[in-house]
Amino acid sequence: MTRALAPSLLDVIGSTPLVELPRLSPKPSVRLYAKLEGQNPTGSIKDRVAKAMIDAAESSGELAPGRPLLEPTSGNTGISLALVAKLRGYPLTCVMPANVTEERRRMLRLYGAEIVDSPAEEGSNGAVRLALELAEGDPAFFMPFQYANEANPRAHYEGTGAEIAAALDRIDVFVAGLGTGGTLMGAGARLRESFPQLVVAAAEPLPGDEVMGLRSLADGYVPPILDVSKLDRKLLVTNEESIAGLRLLLEREGIFAGVSSGAVIHAALRLADELNEGVVVCVLADGGWKYLSAEFWEATDIGAAMERSVWW
Amino acid sequence: MAAVRIPPTLRADVGGLRELEARGETVGAVIDDLVERYPPLAGQLYSEGELASFVNVYLGGEDIRTLDGLDTPVDDGETVILLPAMAGGV
Repeated sequence: MTRALAPSLLDVIGSTPLVELPRLSPKPSVRLYAKLEGQNPTGSIKDRVAKAMIDAAESSGELAPGRPLLEPTSGNTGISLALVAKLRGYPLTCVMPANVTEERRRMLRLYGAEIVDSPAEEGSNGAVRLALELAEGDPAFFMPFQYANEANPRAHYEGTGAEIAAALDRIDVFVAGLGTGGTLMGAGARLRESFPQLVVAAAEPLPGDEVMGLRSLADGYVPPILDVSKLDRKLLVTNEESIAGLRLLLEREGIFAGVSSGAVIHAALRLADELNEGVVVCVLADGGWKYLSAEFWEATDIGAAMERSVWW
Repeated sequence: MAAVRIPPTLRADVGGLRELEARGETVGAVIDDLVERYPPLAGQLYSEGELASFVNVYLGGEDIRTLDGLDTPVDDGETVILLPAMAGGV
């Protein structure tokens, strides 16, 4: 952790703090720890993924500076890619649902990325669909595509998971948010090697009706890197529960985190409650900064305040 | 009886309802009860006799794929949630 000098910002990605949450643990015999991924250079765990995907494509020869990058993202991955792209010399276009928070758009624009809007009502599936179409129509684009890129789980196997395994000598439950599945697959696999009895648990969002407007269930999307059979638990968390988790994190532990972290804390507390004793580790994927303009922090009707957007 | 929450994409097949009641001792039986009453659901929920991969089914807020699948027992008054698989990853 003591790194007085770094050759570039990309060299300070990872090695994030793992902090105990004694005021949140439901009982003294259960120890709760959080990996603070908001401490990465652009404020989220996706810095690890963006750097790993670009490194892998450069090593394989698929990518050389100047080639345009294209990625579907509701924010964090785009911002992380924008940093890597800027320092490595790639123009970047991000495809994202039209209703993501203004902070994310502004950050992407400041980093010099182009933004293509996908229909808000199609949620993140719509961004994936449109990006795949654009990439097919223009072979000049290189699409890292975090949903199917093995460098994504590998970054968590070699980074996130290895760092946690090195820090603790016992872990009973590992909880992370389910998005692409990268963290759960990669860090989950690495932690299971050190702790064979480990329970790998996913927290996933219950989306609002208005962002589920798919034409049919067959338009659903399961990321190719996600193998649900590798998960031991998969818990649905409502927006209300996520925000309650966020407020608890802030009030009890002083941690200002993003929406998915609230869901992860909610799931972690539910699982911690099932244990008599043990160690629960959760991954808090980003800080709360990119959500400051959102209404939910002070809203009384959280469901209504969050219904119209994709949050993670 | 279990309460079953219907996602927007399936509401046209069940007369526009957001939630309805169904009977069954397992998740599979609850879904079969629904499909019997609303046959168009079959094509959306099942693929080659299995739960379609793009459909997620939750009991008590937990994905049945990490429980006992369609054999997961359902207690009276529990809630089954049907959802399309969504791409996440901020």
